Amino acid sequence: MLLTRIMKRVLAGAALSLFMGETRADYALNMPRGVTPLSQDIYDLHMLIFWICCVIGVIVFGAMFWSILQHRKSTGAVAAKFHHSTKAEIVWTIIPVLILVAMAVPATRTLVRIEQAGDADITIKVTGNQWKWRYDYVNPGFGLDGGFGFFSVLKDDSNQARQVRSGIDPRTVEHYLLDVDKPLVVPVNTKIRFLTTASDVVHAWWVPALGWKRDSIPGYINESWAIIQEPGTYRGQCAELCGKDHAYMPIVVKAVTQDEYFDFIGEQMVAAASESAGADREWNKDELMEKGGQVYNTFCVACHQANGQGLPPAFPPLAGGAISTGPVDGHIERVMNGKAGTTMAAFGPQLGDVDLAAVITYERNSFGNSTGDIVQPAAIRAVRK
Amino acid sequence: MSQAVAHGHDDHSHLPAGWKRWLFTTNHKDIGTLYLSFALIMFFIGGAMAMIIRLELLEPGVQYVDPTFFNSMTTMHALVMIFGVVMPGTVGFANWLIPMMIGSPDMALPRMNNWSFWILPFAFTLLLGSLFLPGGGPAGGWTMYPPLMLQTGFALPFVIFAVHFLGASSIMGSINIIATIFNMRAPGMTFMRLPLFVWTWLITSFLLIATIPVLAGAVTMLLTDKYFGTSFFNAAGGGDPVLFQHVFWFFGHPEVYILILPSFGIVSQILPTFSRKPLFGYESMVYATASIAFLSFFVWAHHMFTVGMPLAGELFFMYATMSIAVPTGVKVFNWVATMWRGSMTFETPMLWAISFVVLFTIGGFSGLMLGITPADFQYHDTYFVVAHFHYVLVTGAVFGMIGGVYYWLPKWTGHMYDETLGKIHFWVSVISVNLLFFPQHFLGLAGMPRRIPDYAVQFTEWNQISSIGGFVFGASQLIFLYLIIRCIRGGAKATDQVWEGAHGLEWTLPSPPPYHSFTTPPQVTDAVAHS
Ligand code: HEC
Ligand code: HEM
Ligand SMILES: [Cu+2]
Ligand SMILES: [Cu+2]
Repeated sequence: MLLTRIMKRVLAGAALSLFMGETRADYALNMPRGVTPLSQDIYDLHMLIFWICCVIGVIVFGAMFWSILQHRKSTGAVAAKFHHSTKAEIVWTIIPVLILVAMAVPATRTLVRIEQAGDADITIKVTGNQWKWRYDYVNPGFGLDGGFGFFSVLKDDSNQARQVRSGIDPRTVEHYLLDVDKPLVVPVNTKIRFLTTASDVVHAWWVPALGWKRDSIPGYINESWAIIQEPGTYRGQCAELCGKDHAYMPIVVKAVTQDEYFDFIGEQMVAAASESAGADREWNKDELMEKGGQVYNTFCVACHQANGQGLPPAFPPLAGGAISTGPVDGHIERVMNGKAGTTMAAFGPQLGDVDLAAVITYERNSFGNSTGDIVQPAAIRAVRK
Repeated sequence: MSQAVAHGHDDHSHLPAGWKRWLFTTNHKDIGTLYLSFALIMFFIGGAMAMIIRLELLEPGVQYVDPTFFNSMTTMHALVMIFGVVMPGTVGFANWLIPMMIGSPDMALPRMNNWSFWILPFAFTLLLGSLFLPGGGPAGGWTMYPPLMLQTGFALPFVIFAVHFLGASSIMGSINIIATIFNMRAPGMTFMRLPLFVWTWLITSFLLIATIPVLAGAVTMLLTDKYFGTSFFNAAGGGDPVLFQHVFWFFGHPEVYILILPSFGIVSQILPTFSRKPLFGYESMVYATASIAFLSFFVWAHHMFTVGMPLAGELFFMYATMSIAVPTGVKVFNWVATMWRGSMTFETPMLWAISFVVLFTIGGFSGLMLGITPADFQYHDTYFVVAHFHYVLVTGAVFGMIGGVYYWLPKWTGHMYDETLGKIHFWVSVISVNLLFFPQHFLGLAGMPRRIPDYAVQFTEWNQISSIGGFVFGASQLIFLYLIIRCIRGGAKATDQVWEGAHGLEWTLPSPPPYHSFTTPPQVTDAVAHS
C-alpha cells in the first residue's frame, strides 16, 4: 500500500521530469542562479567546472569504453606488450595542470570579490540559536536608528506537521519547513553586510539565492555580503548540524523596495517602544499567562514540549519540576542564566523583561503546576541590576 | 623471521581447535580472515542503519524515528562504515596478501597482529553499546564538532574511548605492515618490484601513523572539556571551537586517502590480470600514490571553507586541493592505458574494477568542484557533498574491496565462486548504487542540506528514487554474503594461478595456500615481478 503509493509518485515524477520541460523547474536539478552579483558569479563558475568535468569525462570514459568494446579477448584481440610511455605520461600531467590553472583564475577572482564586505550600507547581525535565528539591525542604514532585533522561528503550521507521526501531510502545508513567523526584511539594490555568530553551537546561515553560506560560530563574528537585485522572498535553511531540530530552523529573506523597507523599520521601532513601555507597568495574571504561552511555544517548546513533560533524560519535565515549582528566585535565575554544560541556554540576554516574566509565570501555572505565583517585569529588571 | 621459517611445517594438529584457534592465532591468514569477516558483519550493521536513514527520508515529514535518533543513526552509520568496514577490511586484505605477495612466511610481528585485531570487537562493543544508554547514542555527526558534541550525554566517553581503541589498533596494524614490508621481502623483491597493492599499503601505513595520534588528541580534548573543566573549544572560556575542526580535518583528509589507497592498490592488481597486459606506468603509479599522500596533509581546510578563513588561507587551500587532481588524474589515465590494447575478459572482479574506475572518477570530479572555494560556499554541507563522498567511498573504496574479494576468494578458499551469481550481484549493485547516489547531486544543488531527517516537499521525488535505490543496493549485498558462504563451503577446485592472466608470487602458491606462506623464500626476478 505504502509501496504502491511511492511507486506511483516516483513514476509520476520521472514521467514529469522527462516529458514536460516546463515543470522541470519544480523537480530542481541544478543550483539556482540567484539574485546577487556574487551568486551569479558562483553559478557561472559552477557551470564552467561542470562542463570541463563533462568534457574530460567523455574523453576518458570514451577511450575506456572504446577499449572495452574493441580490445576484448572474445573478439580475438591480442594483448600489446607496452607498459609505459614517458611521452604520454608527461602529456597527461601537463594538460590537467593547464586546465586547473584555467579554472583557478576565475575562481580566484570570484573569491577575492566575495571577501570584500566593506563599504556596506546596512549591517545585520545574524545569531544562530538552538533552533532559531535572531536578526539584529545593528545599522539599518539610511541614517535610521538601529539597535532592534527579533527572533525568527519555524512557522506554526510547519511545526505542527513536522512532529513525529503528526498525521498531517506536509504536502498540504505551504512552504513546508521553509517558512518562518517573522522573515528578515531587507531593501533591494543595497549592499548588506551580514555578521554571523552563534550563542550555543555551530550553525550555518544559508540562502542559496544569495550564493553562499557562512558558519555561525560561538565566539566568532564572520562577515559576508549581498546586494539583492530583485524584490522577492528567498528561502534557505541552517546548513550545519546543530542538534535535534537542525532541520527546523529555516531562513526567509524578504527583499523589498526601499520605501517598504522604511515602513518596516518604522513599525519595528514602534513595537520596540511599546515593548519597553510594557515593561514599566503592572501586568495581571491573564495577560501574563497569554503572553507567556506565546513565548513558551516559540522558545521553550522544542525541548520542554507542549505538555511540559520534556523528553527525559535529555530535556527535563517542567511539570512538577523541582525548579519550576520551587522558589521563584531559583526559577528566574535558571531561565535567565541557563545551566552551563547543558542545552539550557541563558535566556536573560535573549528575551525582554516582559517575555521573561510572562514565560516564568506561565510555567509556574501550567502543565498541572499551580503555584499561583505571578512574576512581574519589574522583578526581572531587579535581577538584571 | 628465522624462527618462523624454522617452524615451517604444515602439520598443525597441535594448534588449538575451535574458538581458541581464532582467539590465539598469530597466523596472518587467520587474522586476515578475522578482519575480513569482522568488516563484513559491520557492513551489514552499518548498512542496516543506512536503511533506517533512507526509510525516514522516503517521505517528507517524520514517520518512523525521532530526529535525535535519526542524528545518532547518521553519526553511527559513518563511524561504523569508516572504522568498522573500510579500515578493518583493507587491513584484512593486507594481512592475507602482503606476506604472499612479497614472498615471506608471515607478518613480521604476529603477536601484535593478534592483538590489533582483538581490540576491535571491544571497541565496537563500546561504540554500538552507547546506543542503548539513557539519552541515546552520539548524535553530533561523525565529525564530532564541539560545542554540539559536548551536549552528548552518557555516550560521549564511550565514543571517545572507542575511537582511542580503534586508533591503537590501526597504529599497531600499520607498524606491523611497515615492519613486514621493510624486513620480510624475498631475495630480489626490491622496492620497485613490489606489487602496487603492497606499495599502497606501505604508504597508507605511514598516513595512519602520522594522523591517528592527531585524532586521538582532538577527542581527548573533547573529553577534558566535558569532564575536567578545560576550555579548549569553549569560546566563553577563552577557547576556540574552530580549533577542533582544524585538528579533526588534519586527521580527516589524510584519512580519506587511508580509506581509498588500498582499493587503488587492489584495482591496480585486477586490471592487468584481466587485460592480460602489465600495469601501465608502474613507476608513475608509485610516485602518484606517494604524492597524493604527501599533498593530503596540506588540504584539510577545504572541509571548512565556510568557517570564515582569511582570503590568503582560502586561496592556499583551494590551490592545494586542486593540485591533488593531477596525481589522481595520472592514476586514472594509467588504468585506462592498462586496458588499452589489452586482451580483455570480464569476469566478476574485472567488472567491479571497471566500475570502480568510472564511478570513482565521477566522485573525483565532484571533489574537484568542491575544491573550488566560491562554489563550495554553495555545495558545502548539502547532499552534493553526500553524493561526492559516497561515490569515492562506496563505489570507490568499497567497490574496490568487493572486487578484491572476488579476485582472491578462489585463492583463499581453494574454490571457485559462482560466476553467474557474482555477475548478478554486480549488475544489481551497480545499477542500484547509481539510483541511490546520483540523484543526491541534484538534491544538494537544489538546496537540500545534509544531516536532516525531514525536508521541503520539492525534494520528495529524488529522495524516493534514492531510497528505493538504497533498499535494492542493501538487499543485493545479501547475494554477496550467500556467495561467500557457499564458496567457503565448497565449489569447483581452483587452480594455483586461478586467472589466466594473473602474475605475482601469490599465484605461485597452491589454492588454498599453505599455513605458512613461503617457508623457503622464492627468488624474485624482474620477469616475475613485472610481467
Ligand atoms: C535547547 C533545549 C532547551 C530549550 C529551548 C529550553 N530549555 Fe529549559 N532546560 C533544558 C535542559 C537540558 C534543562 C536541564 C538543565 C539541567 O541539567 O539542570 C533545562 C532546565 C530548565 C529548567 C529547570 C527545570 C528543573 O526543574 O530542573 C527550567 C525552569 C527551564 N529549563 C525553563 C526553560 C524556559 C523558560 C525555556 C524557554 C524560554 C527553556 N527552558 C528552553 C533545555 C532547554
Ligand atoms: C580528486 C580528489 C578529491 C577532491 C578534490 C576532494 C575534495 C573534497 C572536498 C573539497 C570536500 C569538502 C566538501 C564540503 O564539505 O564542502 C570533500 C569531502 C569529503 N570527501 Fe573528498 N575529495 C577527493 C577525493 C576523496 C576521496 C578519495 C575520498 C575517500 C575515499 C573522499 C572522501 C570525502 C569525504 C568522506 C568527505 C566528507 C567529509 C564530511 O564532511 O563528513 N574524497 N572532498
Ligand atoms: Cu543547524
Ligand atoms: Cu578532504
